[in-house]
Amino acid sequence: MTALFKRISPQGIRLLALLLVLLLVLFFFSTQIDNYLNARLFNRISSSVAIMALVATGQTLVILTRNIDLSVGSMVGFVAYASGMLIAALPELPPLALAAFAMILGAALGALNGGLVAYGRMPSIIVTLAMMAIIRSALVELANGTSINTAMLPDWLVNFPNQRLFELGKIQLRAGFVSALVVVVLVHIALARLRPARMLYAVGSNPEAAEMAGINSKAVVLWAFIAAGALTGLAGFMFLARFGNITVVAGLGFELQSVAAAVVGGVNIFGGSGLVLGAFLGAILVNLIDTSLVRWQLVSEFWREAILGALILLSVTVDSLIMRRLNALRDASRRSKKDVAESPASQNREETA
Amino acid sequence: MNATSAVLSRLRSWEGLLLSVLLLVVSINSLLTPQFMTLANQINLFQLSIEKVIVALVMTFVIINAEIDLSVGSMMGLAACAFGWLVNSGVSALWAIPLVLLIGAAGGWVNALFITRVGLPSLVVTLATLIGFRGLARVLVEDHGYRDFPAWFDALGQQGLLGPLPFSLLAFALLFLLSYLILQRTGFGRLTYVIGTNRAAAEYAGVDTARHKTLLFIASGLVSAFAGLLYAARVGAVRGDVALGFELDIITIVLLGGVSIFGGTGSMLGTLLAILIVLNLRNGMALLNITGHIQTGVIGVLLIASVVLPRVRLPRWSRVHPPAETQAE
Repeated sequence: MTALFKRISPQGIRLLALLLVLLLVLFFFSTQIDNYLNARLFNRISSSVAIMALVATGQTLVILTRNIDLSVGSMVGFVAYASGMLIAALPELPPLALAAFAMILGAALGALNGGLVAYGRMPSIIVTLAMMAIIRSALVELANGTSINTAMLPDWLVNFPNQRLFELGKIQLRAGFVSALVVVVLVHIALARLRPARMLYAVGSNPEAAEMAGINSKAVVLWAFIAAGALTGLAGFMFLARFGNITVVAGLGFELQSVAAAVVGGVNIFGGSGLVLGAFLGAILVNLIDTSLVRWQLVSEFWREAILGALILLSVTVDSLIMRRLNALRDASRRSKKDVAESPASQNREETA
Repeated sequence: MNATSAVLSRLRSWEGLLLSVLLLVVSINSLLTPQFMTLANQINLFQLSIEKVIVALVMTFVIINAEIDLSVGSMMGLAACAFGWLVNSGVSALWAIPLVLLIGAAGGWVNALFITRVGLPSLVVTLATLIGFRGLARVLVEDHGYRDFPAWFDALGQQGLLGPLPFSLLAFALLFLLSYLILQRTGFGRLTYVIGTNRAAAEYAGVDTARHKTLLFIASGLVSAFAGLLYAARVGAVRGDVALGFELDIITIVLLGGVSIFGGTGSMLGTLLAILIVLNLRNGMALLNITGHIQTGVIGVLLIASVVLPRVRLPRWSRVHPPAETQAE
């Protein structure tokens, strides 16, 4: 055991554990539900998780900096509606321009959140709670009693999420899922490798220390919210493409779902640690359990939410207990080798912890 | 003026500000709509949100203690559905009520267990139980609903008990008085502030913070269950989505009342004033035919303003009393 986590960081162990849990859940339901493990399951989960994966990625960026964004649900609805109005008015608009519009609109809303939090020195939970209500009421004003429907949208947009990019037997990699996956992986790599993105961890772990190290923590928080807004805006675009019918309640409840995905994925709610890939796996796990319980004959589908709540509680409890134990073990093994010069590699691991 | 009286006067001025906002809202309302100041409308405006404002009282304790309880809305739903389920499976309503209250207390205890024993943040734990309690409510009612409660139960929720005053309003008045006394006049209330300000310091001083937090979360579950019962009585029927999303409205009221999300500051009087402002504002807008979502948006603007406004005045204070700023934050 000790040899294992000298090679892999705690975050790496966490990812492996999440994968293991995913496999266990898959195995469990395959013994319970006939005809469970097939291509259709993959296709179903992959196309429904794409939107939440983007929102959870944005949420992770914000949580890393010790903040929270409760306005993402309203943002998804608002951006989806506004983009729908735009494409209905200008059907000739190229696809990339529409996606860019959605991301810029989301980023602008995120900048408003981030500006108030970072420079207005207001707690993010208050700002985004208020923005959740304000953006939702702006959406109601914008909609003015009407809704967007599929007939108003161009074909390319409606067909986009289900477009098959690759096929492996019956497993289809659809464009919606692939684009979400690409974005998630890019953000993950940026957070792991790029200097500006590493500042999110620095500010989240210790804002004072980050300031002393010359990091402008206010700017970092602002940019975290802007990036989260852009990702949420992209999710709004995907929401429009996938559902086509947008009413004023679009995206309701996404804020808590995205926080749940991040937390299950091992992102520390107090900031400073967590991986975007973890949040992605968290979103998949929640979605997988959710869809599988519907098909499980043994329990009525009404047990879905109750079991989901219990599982979230269980997963964060186990995670917290294991991480505490691992950290204690690591500290002990480090203390025993105090005289030996620490290798740069182990210091590196400490940073990612 | 020393630091404590500076904080006190700042607190006083915050409540003074709330009071002026309230007076402003009330006078605009009575100017715009003649039927606003009638007793029937005043009772009605309370009656329609009575469940939320009752839970706001206990939420004040929880947030001052630097914790949060997101599961209150789901607990209200669970309590209402459990009552409907019990009564419809033949349990007498008189027995069902204490059972439901017990469920509420048990739910709060479960929250407290994970928060104090496992050491998980309350935001995470109550987010999970927000989903879980709502799930249990849906298990009990599935996709239908329950009605046909005893006549006296419905009457308690819908008719006046003391003249035109309904039971729920009297219960709110009583609970407010009780909360006010406990928070501002007892050692338990002082401890709520102390733990909220600095938990570690309280622990070094020998305070059993885990026990204190456990009591608060049990109270939160209990009061939420009571509010859920009031909802069932007022509406006369329950469904799986009773009180869906109420937690955010409740937290908004408490924060508007001047309770800091980081704990340690706030008062029961501030919460009461915020309750009155929100209720009067919503009622006035409803009388002017402004829809619910827009009303919520206006409350959102008010919430941001409530944090920005004191900041605008802060420089003057920090010049005169430097230590007061950090304490008031």
